[in-house]
Amino acid sequence: MLNKKSKDNLITYAIVIAAYALFQILALTGNLSSHMKGLLVPMTYYAVIAVALNLCVGILGELSIGHCGFMCIGAFTSAFFSKVTAGVLPTAPRFFLAFIIGIGFAALFGFLIGIPVLRLKGDYLAIVTLAFGEIIKNVINAFYIGVDKSGLHFSMKNSMELGMEPDGNIIVNGAMGITGTPHDANFTVGIVVLLISLFVVQNLVNSRDGRAIMAIRDNYIAAESTGINVTGYKMMAFTISAAIAGAAGVLFSHNITTLTASSQYFGYNASIMILVYVVLGGIGNIRGSVIAACILYLLPELLRGLNAYRMLIYSIILIVMMIVNWSPKVIEWRKKTFGKVKLPGRKEAA
Amino acid sequence: MSFLTYFINGLSLGSIYAIIALGYTMVYGIAKMLNFAHGDFIMVGCYIIFSVSRALSGNSIVAIIISIVLCTILGITTEFVAYRPLRGAASPLAVLITAIGVSYLLENIALLIFGADVKSFTSVIKWEGLTFADGQLRIQGVTIVTIVVSIVILITLQLFINKTKQGQAMLAVAEDRGAATLMGINVNKTIMLTFAIGSALAAVAGALLCSAYPSLSPYTGAMPGIKAFVAAVLGGIGSIPGAMIGGLVLGIVEILSKTYISSQLSDAIVFGILVLVLLIKPTGILGKQVQVKV
Repeated sequence: MLNKKSKDNLITYAIVIAAYALFQILALTGNLSSHMKGLLVPMTYYAVIAVALNLCVGILGELSIGHCGFMCIGAFTSAFFSKVTAGVLPTAPRFFLAFIIGIGFAALFGFLIGIPVLRLKGDYLAIVTLAFGEIIKNVINAFYIGVDKSGLHFSMKNSMELGMEPDGNIIVNGAMGITGTPHDANFTVGIVVLLISLFVVQNLVNSRDGRAIMAIRDNYIAAESTGINVTGYKMMAFTISAAIAGAAGVLFSHNITTLTASSQYFGYNASIMILVYVVLGGIGNIRGSVIAACILYLLPELLRGLNAYRMLIYSIILIVMMIVNWSPKVIEWRKKTFGKVKLPGRKEAA
Repeated sequence: MSFLTYFINGLSLGSIYAIIALGYTMVYGIAKMLNFAHGDFIMVGCYIIFSVSRALSGNSIVAIIISIVLCTILGITTEFVAYRPLRGAASPLAVLITAIGVSYLLENIALLIFGADVKSFTSVIKWEGLTFADGQLRIQGVTIVTIVVSIVILITLQLFINKTKQGQAMLAVAEDRGAATLMGINVNKTIMLTFAIGSALAAVAGALLCSAYPSLSPYTGAMPGIKAFVAAVLGGIGSIPGAMIGGLVLGIVEILSKTYISSQLSDAIVFGILVLVLLIKPTGILGKQVQVKV
């Protein structure tokens, strides 16, 4: 028999697959405009990165506001690989390897960033992840990499400095980014990546490791005194979260023609938007993140008139949600009025 | 000579960071929260000066005073509406995410009112400045005023905290909130006063920042705010002289790396310093090691 948790997980997969089927049927019967079709892949990678951020914020209990930085790393490393090997490798293995590379590099950076930060407590992680996201953007914008017969050329100044032969090919062109990454990503691949990340995160949460991670979140000192390796588990969760964000980046870069490290996609504001998805879906509720990401991504795109007020509404939602869910006084009032209150992210706690 | 000019420019930018960092470090030390919206208070202050001095046809003194008053009110209101309800919440993330929400809200309100285009800000300091060594070394008026103002603020704050009853109450709340309550200190009032001072400082910093770098957009305050936080961490969060030292170091490093290394990478270098500090001495230059108790 399935226990309650496995059933819960299966419902999440079922929702994703049902949504996939629904959109595919709509597309096949011609009920989906080309504008809508263009939104499907972004919807999946925003859902994937929302899952990644929820692992960090909801399960690990550390706020990262630079998750788009990991997405940026995944996007650029994989796009670089795909562009270099385009025409050398067939599409399927090339795209698969691109995923491995994007995820691997994002995880590596997650690990490296985690070393200084996860030993600290409190708000430092938030500010360092933010700083990290900005560093990544700045550094990538100053990168110039080209390839010709004699091999790879590299510069941090401008494309002239590369000193390439005339037949050379500039791959990373500083602030102009990477142009012409093959369009390998599609809705099906996006859904598969989303399902895999859900599988990884949900199984992690329900495992021995996941319980250790949540113990650290709920009481750091108590967890440490029961012999849990606090830094190790924090590193593990953070690295996995970064890796999944990297996967979202791979989808991102293989879905657009020109990839630039711009603030619009990888800046602080983009990271905040994903935080809004996570908060609205419920901190610690993985399924909620997926649903919130899909709805919040599609809604403003469909209701263009709302666009000017979208961010304003998001910020108000963010403040109101936090106060309603977390304020001790509001919780007390809700208990009096409605009886039992379920706290976000702490399912087992009374 | 050119090095000296850059160094003085760095000192000036550093003084602005220091004034912002003072607000950050006080709020962090006393309310134990990272007020993400602090940088946006600067932006609000700048827009108020911009609008008022336009309405009063260039009377900048009145504009600055109005800006300080309104920013103080904004700070107190934010604390009362958004942060106070979350004091004592089960998760420390709650108030942090709310602060991010406030920051976002202010930016978007400014975006709706003033639009996304960059406004050119008229400097509130009309003084031309000083010239040394036959015109080889020119120091702008705004640079001198900025440095002097920051020193005055630092001394005033130190005196306020160490010599007045309210200042002592702040120290007590920072040390131990529960014990402070038992001693008859009104914690809510003390935190509110901290926010008032921090926001007033943000308005001053805004006036100086926009006088030195005369372009104003809804995102003007975000980056200096974050860098000032880096400065506060560098100096040791919670320490007032630390914020000053951190701010100056950061400003000088930023200007020099912009000049001698790469203008594109200067932000990366500044944030790299943050990572280094956290690795080597997480408590910052003047910070105290605090033992976590059960």
